[in-house]
Amino acid sequence: MEELQPIEAHPRKGNTLKFIIGGVVIVAAIIYLIVSSLSANVQYFLTVEEILSKQLAGELTGRNVRASGAVLGDSIQYDMDTLELSFTIVHVPGDNLLLEEEGGLARALHNAVMDPSRPSLDVIYHGPIPDLLQNEAQAIITGEVLASGVFEADEILLKCPTKYEGSVPDQIETE
Amino acid sequence: MAPDIGFGSLLITLIVSIYGVGAAFYGEQKKKKVWILSAKRAMSLVFPLLTISVGSLAYLLLTNHFEIVYVSQVSSLSMPDYLKITALWGGQAGSLLFWSWLLAGFVSAVTLRKWNRDQDLLPWVIVVCLATLAFFVLLNTFFENPFISYWQTPEGITTAFSQPPGGIQLFPRDGGGLNPLLRHPGMIIHPPMQYLGFVAFIIPFAYAMASLITRRADDRWIQLSRRWTLWAWLFLSLGLVLGARWAYDVLGWGGYWGWDPVEISALMPWLSGTAFLHTVLIQEKRGMFKQLTMVLIILTYNLVIFGTFLTRSGLLSSVHAFSKSAIGPIFLGFIALNLIISLWLLNKRWITLKSRQVLTSFFSKEALIILSVVLLLGILVTSFWGVMFPKISELVTGQKVTVGPPFYERVAAPILGGMLLIMVICPLAVWSYASFKHLGRLLWKPFIVSLIGIALPLYGGLTRWPAVVAFWLVAFVLAVNAFEFIRRTRVRRKNKQDSLWDSIVHVLKRNRRAFSAMIVHIAVVMMAIGIIGIEFFQTETQGTIPVGGELSLGSYTMVYEKLDIFDTNDGRNVARAIVSVNKDGQIIDTLYPRRDFYYDSNQPVTIPGVRSTLVDDFYVILVDWKVVSSEGATFKVYHNPLVKWLWIGAWVFIVGVVAATWPDKKSKPLPVRSQ
Repeated sequence: MEELQPIEAHPRKGNTLKFIIGGVVIVAAIIYLIVSSLSANVQYFLTVEEILSKQLAGELTGRNVRASGAVLGDSIQYDMDTLELSFTIVHVPGDNLLLEEEGGLARALHNAVMDPSRPSLDVIYHGPIPDLLQNEAQAIITGEVLASGVFEADEILLKCPTKYEGSVPDQIETE
Repeated sequence: MAPDIGFGSLLITLIVSIYGVGAAFYGEQKKKKVWILSAKRAMSLVFPLLTISVGSLAYLLLTNHFEIVYVSQVSSLSMPDYLKITALWGGQAGSLLFWSWLLAGFVSAVTLRKWNRDQDLLPWVIVVCLATLAFFVLLNTFFENPFISYWQTPEGITTAFSQPPGGIQLFPRDGGGLNPLLRHPGMIIHPPMQYLGFVAFIIPFAYAMASLITRRADDRWIQLSRRWTLWAWLFLSLGLVLGARWAYDVLGWGGYWGWDPVEISALMPWLSGTAFLHTVLIQEKRGMFKQLTMVLIILTYNLVIFGTFLTRSGLLSSVHAFSKSAIGPIFLGFIALNLIISLWLLNKRWITLKSRQVLTSFFSKEALIILSVVLLLGILVTSFWGVMFPKISELVTGQKVTVGPPFYERVAAPILGGMLLIMVICPLAVWSYASFKHLGRLLWKPFIVSLIGIALPLYGGLTRWPAVVAFWLVAFVLAVNAFEFIRRTRVRRKNKQDSLWDSIVHVLKRNRRAFSAMIVHIAVVMMAIGIIGIEFFQTETQGTIPVGGELSLGSYTMVYEKLDIFDTNDGRNVARAIVSVNKDGQIIDTLYPRRDFYYDSNQPVTIPGVRSTLVDDFYVILVDWKVVSSEGATFKVYHNPLVKWLWIGAWVFIVGVVAATWPDKKSKPLPVRSQ
């Protein structure tokens, strides 16, 4: 009796190829979308010191950037009729290691506000005054630096210092 | 007392989990059932044990034990009881414990099913589940202990669980209170729902791993985990929608999704989870793409862990993120270990999962599903890159950068449009092959109807073509589903001469899964309508007006009637404006936008007044006011068309997924005769 050879189904090679090509086309389109959108939408994230030095070097003209700093409570001015908000932020180190050395972000914000020699940046914004805007808050602002050196913000994000865990509450009392 | 019980229970859970892993492993290796049963018992214990821990913390919160550091940080005397409960997950340590508790709930629930059949999978399911739980409990035990107290020592004030040398326990009179932004009904439901979605994915992952380890190449693990997967996916989806709703209700920026890194880290497992849900379907129907299915569940599980790592490590600057913590590196280590083990396993079994079948046509159901998976993964990669690129850039160039929402929107929009297009064709496509004649026959009628989706917007004055295309696709999907349902009902009626009602019921029952899917896709389309409305057509205005003054936006006018300022009994000062909304000269509504100021945390929260209809939302924020009322107040007004459909779609979504999980009437088992 002859041995019967088993018949095996082979995938049709041409068939698989068209799917691979289709897949590659789609993936390439997506990659193109990602790369082109990324380059158009990446922003520098700078400290106050870096803003000031880059501004001097003329690197920031026409660029949309993001910056962070500590809010000086005394500088907050708000005109309700025109919805114009202005305040000043002072430099806080951006490096996490430096922040750790200072004792954490809350401490670093406090030090920044108490230090009269810190570089500062004036900010203006048109719109409702953000809820969390207060002394020693961390402000993350997005916008452009005007020729006058003032930062015109399109967006303000705020984080309140007392909400950082690890800080000791005020009303500690022994019993 | 309570902290001791709470922490003790936590520690016991850790020991029991580690024991369970060891016992299951040992019992499997030595083929000794008694050890495996013992491990199963251990797994059923973890939920009651952690309930004791969570209960202790809840007790401490409700009874104002501010000597406990966590209670001080998230609670205060002025908070109502329900908020004190939500404070359980208001901070890092408590939310981690809450996460572990929910995880334990799912893990213990798995022991409840009858394990007579799949005995070979059981030990490995136990190992994976308890090892994961042990990791999270370990974090709470050694790094983020919610039960530590304040102590006064000669060096100063420190925090510790047990008394340090020379330390006296401190008893603060009040706590800092929950961040006012979190004092909202959204806090009751959004984090729990989100966490439920995250942790529930351990179950399908554990079953998948068990299947790989036991060298099985069949679908049994999918059958076993199918309902778990659906519920996990439902919870995760709802978590995202609830977060969006909360942002819309409270945060006062008139939006619902900010492409914030923490939002994205919740979106990523949802994307791969959705892809997983769909490739599972292909595996069941055609036995194909088993390798891809495995990759997707491994990816989903690890993205869940990665997501919670991103949120908790302090790595990201985000309005959502917890502050920096030491647990970051440990998380990374855990993820790395997970990936190495699961991918190594998958690699070993790679060939066994290979399917003999091949894709045959671009328009077969499986090809279209794979295409949608590619698109979902495209959004996933985009999101991942958007979040990680700044970190990588900083490492490489030292320059900090950020990526804004426009990046994500530009990439996601066309991809989502593509997915709408697939949703048009896929319900009509069949498995294995595609006949264009067949598809064409089924598509031409819905296509004609869908042109309403182009005609109506153009008639309404719409000119932005992406929006017109989007509306057309939405109409098309709805039409396709409607016609398909009618067609099947008609066929049934013709064949069986049933009444219309009976036909409908029969068609629904026989194709329950298909129709649940149809409902879910329609729900997604409704949500798409809401998103298109608000993304493309939102308008806004702002201004300061005196009492009796007006602000106009589109065809609406709002009139500032009055301002009331008063204290509430839960520690707030409320400034509430009364504003009437007019259209075509008639008053159609009265709104109460307000600003709450919380005394204990010195923080204001803005709550908008919103008039919401199926057509649009009229959204008013009280920005500021002068106490002398004649000077007036400042308002910001948004007009958000169609956004209500986003929330309606979410409800329909729930209906669809629950319908998919509905148990089938079990056929009577055939009697087995022993020889």
